[in-house]
Amino acid sequence: MSGPDGDAAGAETERRQPVRVVLAKLGLDGHDRGLKVVARMLRDAGLEVIYLGLRQTTESILLAVEQEDADVIGLSIHNGGHLTLAPRMVEAVRATGTDVPVVVGGIVPDVDLERLAEAGVFAVLGPGASAAEVARTVRAAAARRA
Amino acid sequence: MTAGPAAGPTPERAAPHPDGEPPTAPGDVTALFERARGGDRRALGRLLTYTERGGPLADAVAVAAWPLAGAAHVVGMTGAPGVGKSTLTDRLAQVAADDGWRVAILAVDPSSPLTGGAILGDRVRMGSAATPGGPFVRSMASRGQSGGLALAALSAVRLLDAAGHDLIIVETVGIGQVEVDIARTADTTIVAVSPGWGDAVQANKAGLLEMADIFVVNKADRAGATDARRDLEYMLDLGHRAGWRPPVALTVATTGEGADELFKHVQDHRQHLRTSSAEAERRARHVAEEVRRHLHRWVDQLVEQPTRQTEALFAEVAQGDLAPSAAAQRLAGEVGQVPERDAPGADDEPEV
Ligand SMILES: Nc1nc2c(ncn2[C@@H]2O[C@H](COP(=O)(O)OP(=O)(O)O)[C@@H](O)[C@H]2O)c(=O)[nH]1
Ligand SMILES: [Mg+2]
Repeated sequence: MSGPDGDAAGAETERRQPVRVVLAKLGLDGHDRGLKVVARMLRDAGLEVIYLGLRQTTESILLAVEQEDADVIGLSIHNGGHLTLAPRMVEAVRATGTDVPVVVGGIVPDVDLERLAEAGVFAVLGPGASAAEVARTVRAAAARRA
Repeated sequence: MTAGPAAGPTPERAAPHPDGEPPTAPGDVTALFERARGGDRRALGRLLTYTERGGPLADAVAVAAWPLAGAAHVVGMTGAPGVGKSTLTDRLAQVAADDGWRVAILAVDPSSPLTGGAILGDRVRMGSAATPGGPFVRSMASRGQSGGLALAALSAVRLLDAAGHDLIIVETVGIGQVEVDIARTADTTIVAVSPGWGDAVQANKAGLLEMADIFVVNKADRAGATDARRDLEYMLDLGHRAGWRPPVALTVATTGEGADELFKHVQDHRQHLRTSSAEAERRARHVAEEVRRHLHRWVDQLVEQPTRQTEALFAEVAQGDLAPSAAAQRLAGEVGQVPERDAPGADDEPEV
């Protein structure tokens, strides 16, 4: 088969497409009320949320990301595990040869923000983040992947 | 305490993929396709994105996939929200996988008509999707275009088929025309209801009861399941398509009870199709339907992404100089031409 016409293909990729974000909670703790709120914020901002919910692992998230061709990973971490879990997720993504950005949501002490940034986490959203801020951050992450 | 895009060093660009470029180069459909056929899930994930977006890349994928598709058995799983379709799909996939089938799942959910966004939550109920040897699961939002969705879903099915899956389950919410359209090109359509007549009434309104090759009363752990089965059987007594009476299975998707029986019904129906004298006719109908959908897409594109010439034509109609039927006749000659992207605003899709 012949490849698609170069110009037409270029025009195609230029067109805006909905951002696809995988949303998951890492670790064994808790409930997913907060994560559901974030999911609705993102949907209401026009994004497509692939919702994985609770008790996900680095591996289960990676599986979803590759099958769903997600643009962004949104991770909720709520038991102080962010310094180990978030960098591990970033590492795992890079090990697959891609650079799907990781956005972390949760309570992260200010002193840890820089370490997460150094580990390659794209952004951290605290519990007080507004819907607009959440959507803007995830969009910015998606834009960077492309 | 909210950090925006984190301060500090930006992450290094990822190392190149061991077997070549990461699948981001637009247009490299052939290479991606080879990788997908070799079992590379990421390549398949990217091709599905092209398919979903429509346009020239989607066409290239469709052209590559078609000669290699045709072996898979396609099951439509439909029913009202909450009846347990995702949970049941997961169980069915497990039973089939244990029997040696390579399974893929396409889970279609509606986009918000207001914002265009969507929450695609079916994977939550698909435990096997989170295990390495599990089925390939793709979630798809309707993106507000009914004909387009039916085409995108169908094209995704052909791609999953060409990539070597031999059982493809398409989950859709059984509430509207789109679902009926999707079900129409499945080989076996399962309509799921839960105890009580509510779901069945809804399914009936949507025209789904007539589409069913197999009925499932899920949540059979609840009161009223056998009543629901009896009611469905009664309805079938009153009439059904010649040659195949849809069986009515009882399942408890949360425990897996009845999933074996359901898979057996699927296999029986597949066998029925293969031996049916009407099989050639059915295939011909499917092919015609598929071509019709692509044709529709060309027509829609002609109108939705008008070129300067088409806009001039519309203006003539608006001024009363040309009848709409005459304009349509002129445009019919242009169906399938790659539009010149000269109209102002043709590329300005609304912000998502
Ligand atoms: N009691 C009971 N609950 C079920 C059964 N199957 C699914 N559910 C629950 O019904 C809810 C909706 O299930 P889901 O598979 O997401 O339904 P869908 O919207 O049709 O895909 C979930 O909470 C499931 O755990 C069943 O057989 N019995
Ligand atoms: Mg579902």
